[in-house]
Amino acid sequence: MHQTRRSVIKAGGAAALFAVFGGVLLQPGRALAAWNKGAFEAKNIADAMKSVGVANAEESKAIEIRAPEIAENGAVVPIDITSNIPGTTSISVFIEKNPFPYTGTFDFSQGAVPYVHLRVKIGESSPVRVVATAGGKHYTTAKEVKVTIGGCGG
Amino acid sequence: MADPMKIRATLQGDVADVRVLMAHPMETGQRKDAAGKLVPLHFIQTITAQLNGKTVFTADVSQAVSRNPVFAFKVKGAKVGDKLSITWQDNTGDKRTDELVIRAGS
Amino acid sequence: MKRALVLGTLAVACAAVAQTPDPTAAEFDKFREIMEQDNPAELFEVKGEELWKTPRGPKNASLEKCDLGLGPGVVKGAYAQTPRYFADVDRVMDAEARIVHCMITLQGFTQAELAKAPFSSLVRTPEPVSIVTYVAAQSRGMKFASPQNHVKERAAYETGKAIFHYRAGAFDFSCASCHGVDDKRIRTQPLPNFTKPEQAIRAVQGWPGYRMTGGVMHSLQWRLNDCYRQQRFPEPGYASETLSALLTYVTVNANGHVYRGPGIKR
Repeated sequence: MHQTRRSVIKAGGAAALFAVFGGVLLQPGRALAAWNKGAFEAKNIADAMKSVGVANAEESKAIEIRAPEIAENGAVVPIDITSNIPGTTSISVFIEKNPFPYTGTFDFSQGAVPYVHLRVKIGESSPVRVVATAGGKHYTTAKEVKVTIGGCGG
Repeated sequence: MADPMKIRATLQGDVADVRVLMAHPMETGQRKDAAGKLVPLHFIQTITAQLNGKTVFTADVSQAVSRNPVFAFKVKGAKVGDKLSITWQDNTGDKRTDELVIRAGS
Repeated sequence: MKRALVLGTLAVACAAVAQTPDPTAAEFDKFREIMEQDNPAELFEVKGEELWKTPRGPKNASLEKCDLGLGPGVVKGAYAQTPRYFADVDRVMDAEARIVHCMITLQGFTQAELAKAPFSSLVRTPEPVSIVTYVAAQSRGMKFASPQNHVKERAAYETGKAIFHYRAGAFDFSCASCHGVDDKRIRTQPLPNFTKPEQAIRAVQGWPGYRMTGGVMHSLQWRLNDCYRQQRFPEPGYASETLSALLTYVTVNANGHVYRGPGIKR
């Protein structure tokens, strides 16, 4: 389905406009490339990391993930991420066992500290994998979060 | 018109500790409504934070972010009187911008 | 068949566990407190404040003259001092019942329309729920002090206690079956003993609460209704004297504890 940006914005929030996985929209003023549809639609962790371009990340203990051992409710799992790797420009988050593991990328290169807190849906007990990018290289670590009741449906 | 965000910014030296709460359903497209119909995908895709009109932080996220999302991040080079604005845009083209002037001891 | 299975599950789930502190529950509490610092409930506080101040209903009036017990329009501290006796209706009311009363008398809404669909869904949050969230937030940091000065307040406490222990319904349960003994648990959720003051605070702490299940705002009126649903009781009346009495019993038991404001619930 091909929609020009103008017609999409003119139609406002009408949910019927877009195909199943949403349109790719360029945000005005954004330095980054368009929302990475391919990566967000990847159905396994390997494909997702490859699409984001971080497949060869090396394990690092310099990334801290703070998350509950057991999530009270998989619908809202708080995750705190700090990268202590010097020169970190971005952090990407993957929830390995989710239907679409790639959850997001946070960019600090324009004036933010390499830290982010987010709350995510985890469908079943899963490693939460984080990749920090610094100086063009990728570093990764993961933390297992157990979920008793999945967060996607009920 | 989307509901407003709640933004808090606390200064620690020249770093603004920002916490934002956004009102958004973040529908995954997997949920069925009371009538048994699938509720369409409807979620925030991009977030941008600007300090005095200059972009300082951006994020691309998926529908796996929780409903009524909360994010926290830390902006460098901030001081009292600076204007912090945060914009989100979702997959339907809907967007929302809210602003805050950083205050001492906030 | 299904009912027997559920009964069996409930009976097993409500099993007593050893009297050591539950590490899972402690972890849940820790993270819930972190999450409550940035709580989606705040979105409903904002909405509730707007509803309080906006002229609405057939009488096109705001709720700013509503007397929540501390005088017309006084919101600060009022929630922590409910349920309480109100002379104009000669009965004890909890906060939400009082808000409903004000919506009827000041704004012209009817009991029937407010009781028709009083609980939040994913697509709709009823006005009283947002309003009670706003009102409750104005008692953040204050101690619960549901009064027992009036004869009807004391009677409500005794009635509430009797209701709490009253066994009925398909499972022959009462509130006390799960909440009247120490150290019970249902799946991962500990069931506090509301007959004891140090645990009764958990009946009222964090309500109204943003419930992670479904991402909806719920008040104690919903919580009690849902407990009765799980016990296979008939549905209690929304904002009824029955629920005001039950809330009097648990709140008075919790008196003296600090209310942290609207919380986050499972």
